[in-house]
Amino acid sequence: MGGVEDIELRVNGVTHWVPLDPRVSLLDALREHLGLTGTKKGCDQGACGACTVLVDGERIAACLALAVQYGDGREITTIEGIGSADDPHPLQRAFVEHDGFQCGYCTSGQICSAIGMLAEHRAGMPSAVTADVAAEHVELTDAEIKERMSGNLCRCGAYDGILAAVRQVASIAVTEAPAR
Amino acid sequence: MRPFTYHRAVDLDDAVRAVAGTGAVALGGGTNLVDLMRRDVEHPDTLVDLSGLALTPVREQPDGGLRIGASVRNSALAAHSLVRTRYPVLAQALLSGASGQLRTMATVGGNLLQRTRCPYFSDTSAPCNKREPGSGCGALEGLHRDAAVLGTSEHCIATHPSDMAVALIALDAVVEVRSVRRTRYVPLTELHRLPGETPQHDTTLEADELIVAVDLPAPVTTCSAYRKVRDRASFAFALVSVAAGLEVRDGTVAAARLALGGVAHKPWRAVEVERVLTGAPATEETFRGAAEAELAAAVGRPDNAFKIELARRTIVAALAGLLTERGTR
Repeated sequence: MGGVEDIELRVNGVTHWVPLDPRVSLLDALREHLGLTGTKKGCDQGACGACTVLVDGERIAACLALAVQYGDGREITTIEGIGSADDPHPLQRAFVEHDGFQCGYCTSGQICSAIGMLAEHRAGMPSAVTADVAAEHVELTDAEIKERMSGNLCRCGAYDGILAAVRQVASIAVTEAPAR
Repeated sequence: MRPFTYHRAVDLDDAVRAVAGTGAVALGGGTNLVDLMRRDVEHPDTLVDLSGLALTPVREQPDGGLRIGASVRNSALAAHSLVRTRYPVLAQALLSGASGQLRTMATVGGNLLQRTRCPYFSDTSAPCNKREPGSGCGALEGLHRDAAVLGTSEHCIATHPSDMAVALIALDAVVEVRSVRRTRYVPLTELHRLPGETPQHDTTLEADELIVAVDLPAPVTTCSAYRKVRDRASFAFALVSVAAGLEVRDGTVAAARLALGGVAHKPWRAVEVERVLTGAPATEETFRGAAEAELAAAVGRPDNAFKIELARRTIVAALAGLLTERGTR
């Protein structure tokens, strides 16, 4: 039963063949097998959002994802594929500018989540605080941002800075693709 | 986590055959199943991954209804224009569930078949008749603030955690179920069951049966809403939730649909509410009477008895909200 098989994972534009037991989560595959430790392990049960990565541009909790489910050429983007110290993503710059973190452990998840969230909003997705779910356009108010980011916890309590950073980037209508 | 065989279904027939195997369990988004496997609550021999299947997407039906494939993601369903315009209660229920990340992963079929979040169920060191029949119910005398108040038994007071299912019940959903033996159509009200003496069975499905789609008839009203009461404003399960639809003509309730979440072992179709409302004046007094009738049989325990009054008030508030919404359109 089970056993290790080579799984094709496409991460940040690079294809890897990784020998994996089907029990391995996408989070552990990224961190332990590919050395991409920017994605963090918090609760390991989908409650904190520290492990958020993008798959085909959509945000998921990598801790509850079995890596074998995400092979077959799906495009996985981690914080390492979002930006670098020399060439940060606008959200990364905004987090620095607005003090969107203290310890930084939740930050990569916050940023990946915000990128996915902004894409959802651009595509017309309403939220639980949207008054009229049938409306074609929903204004991204602070209440909307808070609700849409509720899957990402920050135990330092840097929420004001996180909100300010996301608000700033949302307002300048980022058109860059999440993965570069 | 115990070892298992991973099987990626290549098409629906393959999935149905694979699910019929001993110890085989279907895998959707994994947001509940993977967690329970890690806790050793679930230990399937084989996981049949349905995520690669192009099962029926969301499709409009000739009768004005909607067909929703079982592997459609919760986020995609909530964003679908027909859901948002014709079935707002469903969009709202989906969006009130879990978080953005989990809704992207979670499938319609998996959402229906998710397990209770009763703390005793996921704690293998505690008694739980649902997890280990005959071991007892830790919640009866223990932590039961989140537990059920309707349709309970002395063996189990767990609740069904889904928001989506509550809305689907209020929309008269029918589930298409396939196995190697047959295809059958199960009204969603008959998919989940009350605990009775066998709380280990959440649903009426046989072990080899697979949910492949959910069918919605044309809505009896587009005036519908989901109201969820919880301990924090977002990313929490319902203490009580209400999915309601209300069609009013000349001040009289022409049609009413109402279901409750967070109060029972299954998403609870409020047939008493619907019976009292239909043909009655659309007033708060009627709504209160209807809520009273539905909750008359409710049984609370010391820490969850508040849910009975909360359910009454939430029913009235949801219906009154729809009345106001109608008046302003």
